[in-house]
Amino acid sequence: MNRYAWIGLITLGLLAPYVVYPVFMMKLLCFALFALAFNLLLGYTGLLSFGHAAFFGGASYITGQLVKNSGLTPELGILGGTLFAALLGYVVGSLAIRRQGIYFAMVTLALAQIVYFIALKTPFTGGEDGLQGIPRGLLFGLVDLNRVYTVHGRPLGLNLYYFVFAVFCLGFWILHRTIHSPFGQVLKGIRENEPRAVSLGYKVDRFKLMAFVISAAMAGMAGATKSLVFQLASLTDVSWHTSGEVVLMTLLGGVGTVLGPLAGAFTVVSLESELSSVGSWITVIIGGTFVVCVLLFRRGFMGELARLLKRTL
Amino acid sequence: MELSFHTVMSQVMLGLNNGVFYAILSLGLAVIFGLLNIVNFVHGALYMLGAYVALLGYTMLGPLLGKPDFHLNYWAALVVAPLVVGLLGIGIERTMLRRLRKFDHLYGLLLTFGLALIIQGVFTNYFNVSGDAYDAKPEVLEGAVNLGFMLFPKYRLWVIVISLVVCFSTWFVIERTKLGSYLRAGTENPELVKAFGINVPLMITLTYGYGAALAAFAGVLAAPIYSVSPVMGSEMIITVFAVVVIGGMGSIMGAIITGLLLGMVEGFTKVVYAPASSTVIFLIMVLVLLIKPTGLFGKES
Repeated sequence: MNRYAWIGLITLGLLAPYVVYPVFMMKLLCFALFALAFNLLLGYTGLLSFGHAAFFGGASYITGQLVKNSGLTPELGILGGTLFAALLGYVVGSLAIRRQGIYFAMVTLALAQIVYFIALKTPFTGGEDGLQGIPRGLLFGLVDLNRVYTVHGRPLGLNLYYFVFAVFCLGFWILHRTIHSPFGQVLKGIRENEPRAVSLGYKVDRFKLMAFVISAAMAGMAGATKSLVFQLASLTDVSWHTSGEVVLMTLLGGVGTVLGPLAGAFTVVSLESELSSVGSWITVIIGGTFVVCVLLFRRGFMGELARLLKRTL
Repeated sequence: MELSFHTVMSQVMLGLNNGVFYAILSLGLAVIFGLLNIVNFVHGALYMLGAYVALLGYTMLGPLLGKPDFHLNYWAALVVAPLVVGLLGIGIERTMLRRLRKFDHLYGLLLTFGLALIIQGVFTNYFNVSGDAYDAKPEVLEGAVNLGFMLFPKYRLWVIVISLVVCFSTWFVIERTKLGSYLRAGTENPELVKAFGINVPLMITLTYGYGAALAAFAGVLAAPIYSVSPVMGSEMIITVFAVVVIGGMGSIMGAIITGLLLGMVEGFTKVVYAPASSTVIFLIMVLVLLIKPTGLFGKES
């Protein structure tokens, strides 16, 4: 991707709230960051984690608690949530990388289920009700994230939007730097041929674990930010449905492409908000999309586009 | 808490009752994994379908056929549900899974995950998530039996016995008969087995169908015990995945024994420290990963 494409994307992000409903945009940014974080594992390391909701949802609970009950400022709350997700990622990752391939997916799913059970049972998370009414607070103790501006007669919560956009850009940048660093090259080497990476002297497990921790941390940052946007941390965020959804976003957009997760998150989030009237049929639609995608469309949007344009995206 | 022999034994027996479900389902997963090399995420949904075939056969099939007095009874459901779901499985394998054989195994997992969402989603739309009761438990199986140390519900005893019979006959067929030797050879080297003139694709289809039928059979057995609900499968499948990670999918007997043992451990945990009973299997999985990462019956890769 060249410089102009980046400038175009950032401009799009800056102008979006004037055109699109800002809450939709913020939800999209959170899920896009989540999918980008997930893609670091599936797309660039070849590891399918089926438990990423544990980091996304886990961090949203921590941030919710820190902001609501400990009175921390939002940026510290998000930092706390992200650190927690990194720590949890270290624990889950250390266990999961002991198995490969399909077992890796099952282990992550089962470990995430422990987190789900804990979230269901402890008072810390509010159980079935979740944490409600999480305050957005003052950024750095100065900027009111609740402030609404009137632009052309429309009320817009621009402070919150630009904060979320900044968090997203930070996350995107961290992930992009990781992928395009020598470290990222080793990850791709592991994805392509693990035994060869081992024979070249790389400590493959350490690389996998590091990738897992970074991915978990960024997924956590996405979840933490989401808890401020919706002022809610709930069981849905830690459930296996959410883990599946992020897999779908990445798959649909294009596994192992830079912009794929963005496109995938856009598709799934739009689908969900457009079809909110169909109620639980949405599960059927999501499932159907999975099936169609796997059968006909394994490269995803960006992968197919890249093939047509004969270049990497 | 008083840890009397009776309370422990009764919980362990009830745990064994759960254990046979884990055993049948993880056995099905292992059989499918052996030949198709995919993790069948839709297994839980097929189990749920089995229970619904029994329930709907009893309550709705008669009115649907215009004969309000007709009810599909329990014994018929035990045959019909596995057949229906087995055929569905054959359809899934023929139309979808077959196309994925030359791709990464993870696609099989993702496809079956999508199918699980579809099936669960459809049932969530038409049925109560909190579940419906299946009242067609046959009269012969009402009441309790005296086991010497406790009174045990007759129906649950029947479930344990018939499940063990099904599990061990499956084991026998796969490990001790000629048909089973073809299956095992197909697991090792499908190309070579094809070269001997054995119809491997047909064998794969039937294996998947059998795995699906097993799940449905477990579903019918479960219907009178648990309430029949659209989420019964997804709750079950994640636990069964943990069971499979603990046991390793390489061995049929391993899958059966691990399933039974973990059910009993879960039952025992209910007596000792009840809040941990829903997570104990996952915690054991963590321990196994730390001590013997390949699983209790897994082979070194």
